[in-house]
Amino acid sequence: MTPGFSRGRRGRVLGSFSVPEAVLLRNLVSQVVELVHDEAPPVAHSSDPLESMLGRGGPVAAPEDPVLARLLPDAYSGDDEAAGEFRRFTEPNLREQKAANGRSVISDLERGGLSEDSAETDENVELDLGPDQVRAWLRSLTDVRLALATRLGIGDGDEDRWESMPDDDPRRYVHEVYDWLGYVQETLVQSLD
Amino acid sequence: MTRVTTAPSPVEVERPESEDVVQRDVPWITIVWNDPVNLMSYVTHVFQEYFRYPRAKAEKLMLQVHHEGKAVVSNGSREEMERDVQAMHEYGLWATLQREDA
Repeated sequence: MTPGFSRGRRGRVLGSFSVPEAVLLRNLVSQVVELVHDEAPPVAHSSDPLESMLGRGGPVAAPEDPVLARLLPDAYSGDDEAAGEFRRFTEPNLREQKAANGRSVISDLERGGLSEDSAETDENVELDLGPDQVRAWLRSLTDVRLALATRLGIGDGDEDRWESMPDDDPRRYVHEVYDWLGYVQETLVQSLD
Repeated sequence: MTRVTTAPSPVEVERPESEDVVQRDVPWITIVWNDPVNLMSYVTHVFQEYFRYPRAKAEKLMLQVHHEGKAVVSNGSREEMERDVQAMHEYGLWATLQREDA
């Protein structure tokens, strides 16, 4: 396992990943990008003609997919009307932000040397990130971890549950990936201190 | 002047005038809720970066979220709190806003 991120010179952050790790990161981040992008619901019809003409506004209801519901949570609890109104104005932008963060991460990995034929080399993917790139990485790693945790049903203090799973249970592998992403994100946060 | 519904920026949700008048002076709060996923170091980082809180205050709020399940992280007008909640959702934190007296 590679050591994740470390502090570079002049406020930059360095990262180094093996090719399999970089491929895994790209796959996971791509899935989140596709999820927030492709499964965007049709824009709710606005009662305001001008607003409709401008194509403003998003959905009113929270997404049914539990991962999307976690990535795009209600801003008001116990007030469906206010939550819906807020969502209508903000959700398209929030989705776009999350997709843009993911695309930034993928582009960093590719600039760092990840390509279609990377599997044939054993050179690490090397990253040299500035502050904006770091921000995208932090947010994107968070979104991927939220997505995995939601799919797995991770709760507080349930580490034993995963460790006691049989080796051939696929959820055990996914949980190991989730743990690893937490480690990578931790090294990234620490590299900013 | 009439408030024509121009295309508002994403976080400036238009409100009816009457509601503004009634609620103008009621403070609103942003609450961040605990979740089993976000790293303690990351939550502290978010509070420092976005709210510009000193590290000690950011850590205190993070620990409050962690141990008590939630913490009030900011207060102000409804529009300001909607902006803060939107920002927290961009960071991947689970946040809501409400009237302080709710």
